[in-house]
Amino acid sequence: MPGKLKVKIVAGRHLPVMDRASDLTDAFVEVKFGNTTFKTDVYNKSLNPQWNSEWFKFEVDDEDLQDEPLQITVLDHDTYSANDAIGKVYIDIDPLLYSEAATVISGWFPIYDTIHGIRGEINVVVKVDLFNDLNRFRQSSCGVKFFCTTSIPKCYQAVIIHGFVEELVVNEDPEYQWIDRIRTPRASNEARQRLISLMSGELQRKIGLKVLEMRGNAVVGYLQCFDLEGESGLVVRAIGTACTLDKLSSTAAFLPACNSPSKEMKEIPFNEDPNPNTHSSGPSTPLKNQTYSFSPSKSYSRQSSSSDTDLSLTPKTAPYPQGPRIFLCPSSPSLSSGSPHLKKSCLLSESSLTPHHSSHISPVVLRKSVSFSEELLLAASGMGSGSAGKEGGPFKALLRQQTQSALEQREFPFFTLTAFPPGFLVHVGGVVSARSVKLLDRIHNPDEPETRDAWWAEIRQEIKSHAKALGCHAVVGYSESTSICEEVCILSASGTAAVLNPRFLQDGTVEGCLEPRLSWQPGFFSIGQEENLPAGCGFCHIPYDELNMPFPAHLTYCYSCRKQKVPDVLFTTIDLPTDATVIGKGCLIQARLCRLKKKAQAEANATAISNLLPFMEYEVHTQLMNKLKLKGMNALFGLRIQITVGENMLMGLASATGVYLTALPMPGGIQIAGKTPNDGSYEQHISHMQKKINDTIAKNKELYEINPPEIPEEIIGSPIPEPRQRSRLLRSQSESSDEVIELDLSHGKKDAFVLEIDDTDAMEDVHSLLTDVPPPSGFYSCNTEIMPGINNWTSEIQMFTSVRVSRLSNINLTNQTLNKNFNDLCENLLKSLYFKLRSMIPCCLCHVNFTVSLPEDELIQVTVTAVAITFDKHQAVQTTKTHVEKSLQRASTDNEELLQFPLELCTDSLASHPFSPAKAVSVEKASPLTEGHFRQRSAPACANSTVGVVKMTPLSFIPGAKITKYLGIINMFFIRETTSLREEGGVSGFLHAFIAEVFAMVRAHVAALGGNAVVSYIMKQCVFMENPNKNQAQCLINVSGDAVIFVRESELEIISAQQPVASCQPACSGGEIAT
Amino acid sequence: MTNELDIFVGNTTLIDEDVYRLWLDGYSVNDAVGLRVRSGILEQTGATAGVLQSDTMDHYRTFHMLERLLHTPPKLLHQLVFQIPPSRQALLIERYYAFDEAFVREVLGKKLSKGTKKDLDDISTKTGVTLKSCRRQFDNFKRVFKVVEEMRGSLAGNIQQHFLLSDRLARDYAAVVFFANNRFETGKKKLQYLTFGDLAFCAELMIQNWTPGAVDSQVDDMDVDLDKEFLQDLKELKVLVADKDLLDLHKSLVCTALRGKLSVFPEMEANFKNLSRGLVNIASKLTHTKDVRDLFVDLVEKFIEPCRSDRWPLNDVRLFLNQYSASVHSLDGFRHQALWDRYMVTLRSCLLRMYHD
Repeated sequence: MPGKLKVKIVAGRHLPVMDRASDLTDAFVEVKFGNTTFKTDVYNKSLNPQWNSEWFKFEVDDEDLQDEPLQITVLDHDTYSANDAIGKVYIDIDPLLYSEAATVISGWFPIYDTIHGIRGEINVVVKVDLFNDLNRFRQSSCGVKFFCTTSIPKCYQAVIIHGFVEELVVNEDPEYQWIDRIRTPRASNEARQRLISLMSGELQRKIGLKVLEMRGNAVVGYLQCFDLEGESGLVVRAIGTACTLDKLSSTAAFLPACNSPSKEMKEIPFNEDPNPNTHSSGPSTPLKNQTYSFSPSKSYSRQSSSSDTDLSLTPKTAPYPQGPRIFLCPSSPSLSSGSPHLKKSCLLSESSLTPHHSSHISPVVLRKSVSFSEELLLAASGMGSGSAGKEGGPFKALLRQQTQSALEQREFPFFTLTAFPPGFLVHVGGVVSARSVKLLDRIHNPDEPETRDAWWAEIRQEIKSHAKALGCHAVVGYSESTSICEEVCILSASGTAAVLNPRFLQDGTVEGCLEPRLSWQPGFFSIGQEENLPAGCGFCHIPYDELNMPFPAHLTYCYSCRKQKVPDVLFTTIDLPTDATVIGKGCLIQARLCRLKKKAQAEANATAISNLLPFMEYEVHTQLMNKLKLKGMNALFGLRIQITVGENMLMGLASATGVYLTALPMPGGIQIAGKTPNDGSYEQHISHMQKKINDTIAKNKELYEINPPEIPEEIIGSPIPEPRQRSRLLRSQSESSDEVIELDLSHGKKDAFVLEIDDTDAMEDVHSLLTDVPPPSGFYSCNTEIMPGINNWTSEIQMFTSVRVSRLSNINLTNQTLNKNFNDLCENLLKSLYFKLRSMIPCCLCHVNFTVSLPEDELIQVTVTAVAITFDKHQAVQTTKTHVEKSLQRASTDNEELLQFPLELCTDSLASHPFSPAKAVSVEKASPLTEGHFRQRSAPACANSTVGVVKMTPLSFIPGAKITKYLGIINMFFIRETTSLREEGGVSGFLHAFIAEVFAMVRAHVAALGGNAVVSYIMKQCVFMENPNKNQAQCLINVSGDAVIFVRESELEIISAQQPVASCQPACSGGEIAT
Repeated sequence: MTNELDIFVGNTTLIDEDVYRLWLDGYSVNDAVGLRVRSGILEQTGATAGVLQSDTMDHYRTFHMLERLLHTPPKLLHQLVFQIPPSRQALLIERYYAFDEAFVREVLGKKLSKGTKKDLDDISTKTGVTLKSCRRQFDNFKRVFKVVEEMRGSLAGNIQQHFLLSDRLARDYAAVVFFANNRFETGKKKLQYLTFGDLAFCAELMIQNWTPGAVDSQVDDMDVDLDKEFLQDLKELKVLVADKDLLDLHKSLVCTALRGKLSVFPEMEANFKNLSRGLVNIASKLTHTKDVRDLFVDLVEKFIEPCRSDRWPLNDVRLFLNQYSASVHSLDGFRHQALWDRYMVTLRSCLLRMYHD
């Protein structure tokens, strides 16, 4: 019995009128967890009942705590007939189960009904008392933290990034059960909501177990999706990256190492949960530390690994990670000796294995270990710099060997992360993707996950082999998706093949023992100096062997370091690395494509789709490449290709952010070649088009400020005479199973990209290239976390979701008209967004996420979620701003930069001092006065508001603010149905209200956890079905994100200003480096 | 290709002030799009008509969803569905409850019932305010009226508390409620020249001085009804014109004090008894509901029109009324000085405000 769940129902408000006669309601509440139900008293005749119930206590084991949601039902009491349900609230109590997240859930929750929507609110308090049972962690996975964020969360640092975790659970869809014929739509919807909630809990628990097995303590980049397979079932699947994270306690982490323990103790209540007793698992409770420190029994090897991660979470150990960290892997068996530094680390770990090693480590020992590690670093760096001179060849090999050994033990060396700790990413090969068409009615045992597991394993295997072909051991920015239409299902997976630095990948190798955290130490950089240092171009260098390339490519020497080879274009699914140097700004680039397909059944249908897929991928890439060239850019980040299957067509939508990487060669133009050179007027037409294209390129270069310095060819050396490459993409269909290697379209020209116009189709393509209008001035857009080239964000953000459903009017459609329609739909949607958000100019739409679905024969649904962020356009804004505001803004943007681009800062100054605190401090000191002004201004506004503002953003950060605490994952699934569509304002009114309600419920849950924002928010599914003739519609929405507490940088300054500067300095730098 | 569904939902609800105004003014989506096109927004932003149409639809849908909450503004503050910054909430409420001068003049003093609602068609045609907007304004009046009609405490204060309006607008609503409750006639042709401001000014003074709330702040309906006792007492003033000696004495006191100070002194002297009789008779008749309703008609007929026909300058009217009220204190035989002041202070200010073309 490891836990006691306590629930108190306080009050309700704005309840609907349930009794027409009195215009009032006699409400009571049922609280259900598992199979136990409690009821409150009936509060008669009120729309604002005050139940003030006792504490309802559920004694449950932790497996149930993880799986089950708390279900609260509000009902209207009726003496003579059955009680009417008003609505329900499902509360996921998972955030209460791990220690540094929320301690209590308390607040107003919207009461939700699947037929009526939100009907009033209810005030609930939920607490969990976990028993002080250390074995707990072995039974379930309660301690594992989950993050949707696809980078290392801001207030943590990665000790080890273990790798890929996945899980999949299947159940019968309640909507397709026989009982659905006799039950009400409400009952059916609620059964589905509850089931998915249960399945999500189970999935999370199972993944948690896998993480514990890998000795991790967290899942980052957790992405959970559900597939509505219809008859064959309901699948919930999730992927993520297991990590061992270490909390950067905002102040304690920065305490100088020589602080006496007593002082450290004083700091604890300051940062950590002021009420640690509620959570026995809280790492800050001294009790626990002791328990672990005195029982590092070797027999529990797994446990001990989790114990030391826990230990490292304590603020005490945080300041000097080396000390306690070394024994992080006491079980790591092979300290393969030979190199001098290893011996030392052995020594170190020995000393740290003594009982005092825990938090009560004596300063002497601590300091000693520090000095050891510094020596160690020197040795390492000496070695690194030695090899740097020799073209990096042997070192590279060594590095590869190490990585290989670290990665080869893994079945799938995949990482769902899109942004990485500095130094993690060594080389990027290119995009790898695989798709497979499956028939759902062919599943032998639909209720079991085996078949689907096998499907995904097959695809992952393919991805892995593609990555290998690119000379890479790992795949980063990895994601999976499905598209289902009737019994056909397309499974897709994609990622970016990469070579990683083994330092972060544990597993008994040298690196496991070597301090991974040293990443921020000079030593680390000198190791990586080989190519990381000069200009952040290292990741562009080809990982594959140039003499034995997996596809024809066009290589040149890197334009930054001029030592290594780089490709002419680079496609990736990850975010732009923070150390990458970019010229100008980036922009959103989309390729859109439709292909008609004959309606067919089963096998024939699957075959038709499989046959179409390669052509679609090919065309999507051609479009992307053309558009990239048209923008004058040479790399794509955040590439996401979605292929959607419908009854009679396939849609392809690719989104990415184009940038100009300094390391890559300048892109050549686009040259049009006609097939019939004899025709004079045709020739004229061609030349006219050519001119237009050239003009567009020139205009785009100006628009995105792309003005790379001209480098004479001789310096770089002439391009390596290789056949030109079209894109760095390997793909395949598992149906056909043979790899489609890119066609070579080279025309013998070196620079220009040649487009042949041989028929009207090609003409259309060129035309469509030119129809994409750039966003209005003052607007930028990208689908990555941050916009390359903009970093002076101001604090205003607006997250939004926009949905459009278009009916194709023309019955005899052709591919061309379809393409045009689809293109117009997307373009108009973007135009509408620019118009709607015009008051925020200058601003950037970040993380623009398009999703296409084909709900019916002639319907195309496009859903967009993005966030608009304002930024400070220095020249333009300064003239109108008052001095005070100006300095304020600058302060905040500077701080933002510090936070966002940690690496830049430390690479700049790493020579002598690893980081320059001067900058940070001066910023902080710059405007204490303006600070005050700011607060005064904002304070009254907040006081007026009765509902706390909760920000939502698809990004992992909030501009101008620092995330101080992660409260847990938000993962919610809702169904809304109506049988009075017209009365609710038609389909638009219905869906508008529903999405607004979903936002409201997400905000309410975050607020109840004590948070003020959701980061990494994503609407994973928005399935909309309508039947206007019956006046009915139904919609399913699945959203997720991380609930956080953020503090405005301006407020942080005040806090830090109160501290002595000495302790503040390392504070800032430490925090930045670790992100 | 047509858009079946087209929505935009922000985490912070987007409010376009211009579109809100068009919506409040009762324009259909198409009309609103037309008006926006004419405002030159397409040229400014480079948007297309389709974008504008979609944007307008979206805002209209949002406003439609917000309207239910705007009916009880405190709900707008506490609801969780629309995240709206407080300043924007205030703007939404204030604009929603704002009304057109032309419209309010038409319904001021009328019973806020279904019957009047049917007349809204005519009012719409007459004032040029769209029927939709007329309905909203009328419903606002009715809603406010229903909520505060039987409430204790200051009328304007109650309105402000329950509808979260600005001070100014709450006071205007207090006037509307006060007029509707007492059914003062304001629609007669000879009253047409009076603005809502004039009448609201009078209403405020009457609420301050002539309601039960003026003497006791803890009674029901304190600000909505006129003080019955006070109206009853006003009959006592009749002696000022019924007693010939008193009337003469009053006249001579006023004439002595004003001789040489008025440009219309002869006219005043000649008309004194008529004017005085008019003002005092209005007071003494206020016990009858019918006469209460005709208060403004009577004031105009009995005082303003006679003065206006003799071309009294405003300043002379002021001097006269001041002297006329003050002199009563010197009438030894008159015992109702306090009553007279309660009546006359208000009346004098009202008359001065109403005295214009």
